[in-house]
Amino acid sequence: MATISLEVNGKARTLDLPDNTLLIHALRDHLRLTGAHMGCDTSQCGACTVHVDGMAMKSCAMLAVQADGRRVTTVEGLASDDAPLHPMQQAFHDNHGLQCGFCTPGMVMIGLDIARRHARPDPSTVRAELEGNLCRCTGYQNIVAAIVDGAGRMETRP
Amino acid sequence: MNLTASRVKFGQSVKRQEDGRFLRGKGRYVDDMILPGQLYAAFVRSPMAHARITGIDADHAASMPGVERVLTARDLVAAGLPPLPCGWAITSRDGTPMKVGVRHALALDKVRYVGEPVALVVARTQAQAKDAAEAVIVDYDDLPAMVDVLDAMAEGAGLIHDEIDANCAFDWEIGDAAATEAAFAGAAHRIALTLRNNRLVPNAIEPRAINAGWDGSSEELTVYMTHQNPIGMRMFYAAAFGLAAEHKLRMVSPDVGGGFGSKAHNYPEEVAVTFAAKLVDGPVKWTADRSEAFLTDAHGRDHLTDVELALDGQGRFLALRVDTRANVGAYLSSSGSLVPTYMYATMLSGQYAIPAIHARVRAIYSSTCPVDAYRGAGRPEAAYVIERIVDVAARELGINPAEIRRRNFIREFPYQTPVVYQYDSGDYEKSLDAALELAHYAGFAGRRAESERHGKLRGIGLAAYVEACGIGPSAKLAKLGSGAGMWESAEVRVHPIGTVEVLTGAHSHGQGHATTFAQVVSDRFGIPIENVSVIQGDTARVQAGTGTYGSRASVGMSATLRACDRIIDKGKRIAAHLMGVDYDAVEFDDGLFSSKDSNVTIAFAEMAYAAHAAASFPTDEIEPGLVATSFFDPPEFTYPAGVYVCEVEIDPDTGTVEVASFCAADDFGNVANPMIVEGQVHGGVTQGIGQALWENALYDADTGQLMSASFMDYGMPRAQGVPDYKLVFSGVPSPSNPLGMKGCGEAGAIGAPPAIINAVCNALDVRHVDMPATPEKIWRLCRQGKAG
Repeated sequence: MATISLEVNGKARTLDLPDNTLLIHALRDHLRLTGAHMGCDTSQCGACTVHVDGMAMKSCAMLAVQADGRRVTTVEGLASDDAPLHPMQQAFHDNHGLQCGFCTPGMVMIGLDIARRHARPDPSTVRAELEGNLCRCTGYQNIVAAIVDGAGRMETRP
Repeated sequence: MNLTASRVKFGQSVKRQEDGRFLRGKGRYVDDMILPGQLYAAFVRSPMAHARITGIDADHAASMPGVERVLTARDLVAAGLPPLPCGWAITSRDGTPMKVGVRHALALDKVRYVGEPVALVVARTQAQAKDAAEAVIVDYDDLPAMVDVLDAMAEGAGLIHDEIDANCAFDWEIGDAAATEAAFAGAAHRIALTLRNNRLVPNAIEPRAINAGWDGSSEELTVYMTHQNPIGMRMFYAAAFGLAAEHKLRMVSPDVGGGFGSKAHNYPEEVAVTFAAKLVDGPVKWTADRSEAFLTDAHGRDHLTDVELALDGQGRFLALRVDTRANVGAYLSSSGSLVPTYMYATMLSGQYAIPAIHARVRAIYSSTCPVDAYRGAGRPEAAYVIERIVDVAARELGINPAEIRRRNFIREFPYQTPVVYQYDSGDYEKSLDAALELAHYAGFAGRRAESERHGKLRGIGLAAYVEACGIGPSAKLAKLGSGAGMWESAEVRVHPIGTVEVLTGAHSHGQGHATTFAQVVSDRFGIPIENVSVIQGDTARVQAGTGTYGSRASVGMSATLRACDRIIDKGKRIAAHLMGVDYDAVEFDDGLFSSKDSNVTIAFAEMAYAAHAAASFPTDEIEPGLVATSFFDPPEFTYPAGVYVCEVEIDPDTGTVEVASFCAADDFGNVANPMIVEGQVHGGVTQGIGQALWENALYDADTGQLMSASFMDYGMPRAQGVPDYKLVFSGVPSPSNPLGMKGCGEAGAIGAPPAIINAVCNALDVRHVDMPATPEKIWRLCRQGKAG
């Protein structure tokens, strides 16, 4: 067993968990933050994407102990239940960038990472950057449009 | 929430009401639940494609930490648990019923595909269950694998099921063989082609999951399962397996992370977990990992087909002859007999007037994962056959591909095909013209020349598809072999303050029913859409329904509309009393009851209150309350149709195919929400492009191992491989339901594969390329020069 202390969505958390616990399981099973999803077992689908110290990470490809002392943001941390959606979330809504919703938290979190690294990404940049995130419902067109739109909204955000 | 809220109309692109919780990470999928006393299941799976089980030693596994129970097929059989049924009865040409291989929830004495469940371990943690599953020792006596349909049909091939000769589940036919033969005899041209429709893995991103347990407080067996048809599954679990009486079985499908048909079936793992849950003290949860999904989620397609088209001297179609060998896998899955017969051969007329058609379909067992409905389910296989042979005919007769289609389109409706269906409506030429215009078809030569300047090969392809949706009426389907009614129900409950709940047996797993069903209500009642909630997926709340597949939402929405109309009718009867006028003099429009005989008007919410207050009308004549139910049995199938035009650009040095443009003109009849419908087409076309270019469930011929069994090996479409699509809807309303809808869920996956392959063949100037047109295959063709 290991004890780790980390910040999750702005709150300090201490967890006791088996050494081999993946970050995705620490979030889902121990903290009951079930926004990040497991869609594969080879780090290919990206449904588990969260931010660690501000950078997108696949939480299925990282041990929870590796997050000790670090800052983790999940999709639940973007906007509280009674607050307006984050501009990237709102862009997914406005562009119909989701259908079944399962890949969506990962898509929103990678979208934010794309926006961080490319001030105003064009659609082809977004398509290339989505190499590690799979969606079976949308055909990607509206996800790409949502991320382009969301990145633009974030740049013009006061 | 910043979500759109207002009175909306059917047919508007209303933003989705369900988005907020998904975007906030508050969707609720089966694997998100951890119930009090939660136990976990893991399966022991066959590593062999075909083998006799000679012994199972679970003693050590049973003694491992945390293990509650180890189950094998012997336990299930001893308890009288019946094998899994196939839901559709097919009769062979010789009059014999189809031969169903016995499929227990756990393999009894033989394994027939890699990944088949052999034993089940229940333990206190998932890790303990998986560790113990690895410790179960199974002895196998290896038998030859037969993964290809031709291997399974070969003279002297081993038998997948010892009692089923020649591995043939049925040898079925449809159409008129003699008339077809006569038409061929007198034809000016006969075009023949052999093609394969590649096997696919559905790959909804949410894997299958179940959490089942006895609920002592409600005295119900409660099963949470990610499924497209929870109410149907309750009936199955009660009637077919006796797992509990139907009224003591609660089935819940909460948010479902994509289905595409793969979550409409009855799977052995879920039956075994539910059975196990009754034996242990606590709910049992199982979530498939992706490897299990690849190995055991029912696959799609896998046809080998010989097709021949007879034409007259003017390029008019005279007859079509089809011989298909459908690889159904190791067992007949829930709809495994339906998909390659009535979902397939009935669509072989395509959009064309073909006087004579005959099709023979043999369903062949093999040592592979069972095949069942996957987006389109038989209809993509039919469209691929007809749209490939038509294109080859155009090429060999020197007729433009658009022209040969135009020359043969059905132009008068209703149109009775020679293969069961009567198309209700359509305007195929309108869709063709719309697609050609959208694609700037006339400018293709210039674009091809431009590609050539860059050393690339450019091709254009088109495909005209028609499909059957809605799936009804029940009596007609029963004659074709269906074992279940195919209506859909809706209950509309108006609360005293005028808010509304719609309870429907249709199930949304991405299709946006919380929005589209609410649009029907908001439009009909003239109330804000945020005052309407759509309830689905829990048998404790919704009593009757048949789920969502085959664009069934048009049926559920029609039931919703009818229930709304019953509410309005009751409102009018109450209003007549309130206004002191005749019932016939009351009108309801735009949310208001009114009458030319009175200056009193009653808003919908006021009526809701009056109906519950029950103070102003005689309750012996009109009962209080405002609830209505409708069971809508569709009078006919609906027939969505469309034309797709795409262009590909091929790099002959690498064999890479780039989809340069893709244009779709679809006739879905009336559409509830164009934004949502566009999303359905985007997704369907992308799955179709995946089938045409990358996706392939490839089994090793010798070992029967699935070679493409992970996202690292299987060619899933990714954002970079597909273009932005251009869409236009050219709808002719369907006369087969009150909303004039035809359905849109499958179209893209049906029309895209032939459009892509037609374009690839056009680019390479070859007769045929089998799917998937991978870079290796294309590179070899380019190296060989013109081939095919």
